[in-house]
Amino acid sequence: MSLVRLCLIMLALLALAAAVAILLGETPLSLGQYLQALTHPASPPGEVLWTIRAPRVAMAILVGGALGLAGATMQGLLRNPLADPGVLGVSAISGLGAALAIAGGLAAVPGAIELSALAGALVAGGAVVAIALRLREPEALILFGVAISAFGGALTALVFNLAPSPVAIAEILAWLMGSVENRDWTDSLRAIVPMAVGAALCLKAGRGLRMLTLGEEAARMSGLPMPRLRAYAVAGAALLTGAAVAGAGVIGFVGLAAPHMVRALVKDDPRRILWPSALAGALLLVVADLAARLAPTDQELKLGVVTALFGAPVFALLAWRAARSWRS
Amino acid sequence: MTAAWTLNGVSARLNGKRALDAADLVAWPGEVVGVVGPNGAGKTSLLRAGLGLLPLTSGEARLSGQRLDQLTAAQRAGLVGYLPQDRRVAWNLPAEVVAGLGAIDLPEVQALILARDRLASVGAGDLATRGVLDMSGGERARVLLARLLCARAPLLVADEPIAGLDPDAQLLTLDLLRAEAARGAAVVVTLHDLSLAARCCDRVIVLDQGRVAAEGVPGVALASDVLARVFKLDGALVESPAGPVLAARRL
Repeated sequence: MSLVRLCLIMLALLALAAAVAILLGETPLSLGQYLQALTHPASPPGEVLWTIRAPRVAMAILVGGALGLAGATMQGLLRNPLADPGVLGVSAISGLGAALAIAGGLAAVPGAIELSALAGALVAGGAVVAIALRLREPEALILFGVAISAFGGALTALVFNLAPSPVAIAEILAWLMGSVENRDWTDSLRAIVPMAVGAALCLKAGRGLRMLTLGEEAARMSGLPMPRLRAYAVAGAALLTGAAVAGAGVIGFVGLAAPHMVRALVKDDPRRILWPSALAGALLLVVADLAARLAPTDQELKLGVVTALFGAPVFALLAWRAARSWRS
Repeated sequence: MTAAWTLNGVSARLNGKRALDAADLVAWPGEVVGVVGPNGAGKTSLLRAGLGLLPLTSGEARLSGQRLDQLTAAQRAGLVGYLPQDRRVAWNLPAEVVAGLGAIDLPEVQALILARDRLASVGAGDLATRGVLDMSGGERARVLLARLLCARAPLLVADEPIAGLDPDAQLLTLDLLRAEAARGAAVVVTLHDLSLAARCCDRVIVLDQGRVAAEGVPGVALASDVLARVFKLDGALVESPAGPVLAARRL
């Protein structure tokens, strides 16, 4: 299947899922109300569809796409099918940045949470890549990611421990569980700038990611400007992760699972996988958010909880398969 | 004539230890140079230092007469193709895509055509669309060799290209490298098999503890005193109908 056709099919699926996610929700609407919403966006049913549900779906698309693309970029860069912003601790440190900003009382300052989440993602992303250059075994990198994640978790616990008020604690906790509830269009607009820059960087790094298939040294001798392409990939993945965390909190496993949904369709090519992974991530998150909304629970499920519930077993399965191929 | 590769008094450190000590190497167009030596003698370090993958503490390296540190990545890739010892491939790409990675100067379609041609010449033409991780180690080695041949560079450097291959694939690999030399390329290979080094190389460089211990045509560089001093072997190269063979026992 050609790359363009694959992307078009996935776009169609995504549009379908988005339409379903906008049409379905907690507030039941009659057919007449749906018609009213379409013809009069300012009417009450129109409000439900266009100012409550649609921005939420848009945010899920952006965050899912960013995480899917970041995951695919990291898997290519680190030559590791288990790499993902969550697994490698980039999300955890980014979440720590956001938690620090909230605990420091900066939640009301525009852009403060976003900037600290981005800063956290860049620091962790840089550390992961610096270490990856010195590790020959793919398993070792995952262990290092576990350490970064644990450290990020410990520091976040410390923030909780020292938090000035229960309100701040509740606010941070809600953030860390990840959600796209109550988003408006300006949230999407604010997220889209760093995400677009990050996506452009990741796509520019694509040639280098494909060359890295042959290993570090062969890539360095290939004639491609590898140090620059590597920097693009790191900065791009970190920007995407930071923007996703800033927009929706910590949402795990989307970056891990999305590339694997499309891997076979692009013949494992780390360059061609980039766009389809972004679309797959967006699709995953729209569906997961719909599930979170429609699940018959008293408290609405948090999106990060839903993705973790499904993502952790997927991670175990992928680890099992990867471990077998590394041994042979 | 300009040498394809010149290393002049090259020294380098690896993990805090001296890996190379004023080593020299020259490779001329049309010849196959073998680099041999015991484990840890610095064979891989010599190649890496000469390619700019290992920083030099002294000495200089030139590719086709031009100083290595003044070349861009793209210029360097035009002057040398490198096959590293690590043959792990990260993703299950089709063989033709992997081989085509050797020709990034060409548009993708032309690179694929060249890749299929080179795959056929290494006897892997029927594997072109197979995933490289679905292959045996020997098949994968052929694909990576095809990738090296796609580089069309005046210097080909291969680190242990025959390690882990069956005897037929070993001889095929060396024959293909010899054919590249016959076409005018300079070829430098590290080898552990001294019989094959003697049979397939025009010149042999013997490394010991980061220094060049002997150098010359195989009969000279692998003379009995070198075998004893460097390899701790008591023996000699003896002629056989198929070429020289190492007959030796441990000292």
